[in-house]
Amino acid sequence: MAAQDGSGDLAGFRRVRRGGAAVRFATTEAQLLRALVGQVADLLGDDQAGSTGSVGSGSVSGDPLAELLGLSSNSELPDDPVLARLLPDAYRDDQDASAEFRRYTERGLRSGKAAAAQTVLDTLPEEGGEIRLSADQAQAWLRSINDVRLALGVWLDVSEDPDEMYQQRAEQGGPQAVGLWIYDWLSFLLDTLVEALS
Amino acid sequence: MSVAPAEVDRPQSDQETTPDTPWIAIVWNDPVNLMTYVTYVFQQVFGYPKRKAERLMLDVHHKGKAVVAAGTREEMERDVEILHGYGLWATLSQDR
Repeated sequence: MAAQDGSGDLAGFRRVRRGGAAVRFATTEAQLLRALVGQVADLLGDDQAGSTGSVGSGSVSGDPLAELLGLSSNSELPDDPVLARLLPDAYRDDQDASAEFRRYTERGLRSGKAAAAQTVLDTLPEEGGEIRLSADQAQAWLRSINDVRLALGVWLDVSEDPDEMYQQRAEQGGPQAVGLWIYDWLSFLLDTLVEALS
Repeated sequence: MSVAPAEVDRPQSDQETTPDTPWIAIVWNDPVNLMTYVTYVFQQVFGYPKRKAERLMLDVHHKGKAVVAAGTREEMERDVEILHGYGLWATLSQDR
């Protein structure tokens, strides 16, 4: 697990009365967050969320009963390492039980994550500005920001050792450095959101 | 948010077996999830008081995993599904 150190002058989430949270984003921050959330939503492949449509929601197409029951045709850990982290196996040493669990739960898990992402996209204007979230919306933001962190963590091969990460950032520069900066920013946002909701 | 299992308070006793509650939900350490977030999720999902949620979080952090709930297989599957919704790395197994 990781600890969060705080992040200079950036503004994070604030507590508001009657639950929920408030935050102010610059335009660039809002656009960046929308892009990241949209990208993870696209990866999860539910056409409720994301801008490029469905990438295969794992539903059993053409089987109305399976649709009705929310069954998935997927029974294996996804090949994509990010999806494998977002939709992990439920049993560590029992592939059959994991497959069965996935068949019954993966579709719901995907659509839940996609719905959380959609809530972020619906409540975060492209131009940024002051945003007030209800308690329910804040819960969706919490999960969605964390999903983006999980995805970035896989893409950036994040380690638990901050010194190692900073060294890596300094040495590699370029996209890795930008990625780690964004990752730190999301960690800061999530930490302030947890604080605002606690 | 979820059906909280009956009081489960055995952070040190992974090996202990109780005949009528043979399934457990385990959360594993990972490098991404924030300590504050994990504590918050344990409070939300299981209704645990903050101190207990923090103790479980620290067990995950220091020991690599912690048993966070126990109950029937169906209850543990439900808990694991909810924890996956929050992005925690959770599994269930029979407590033996």
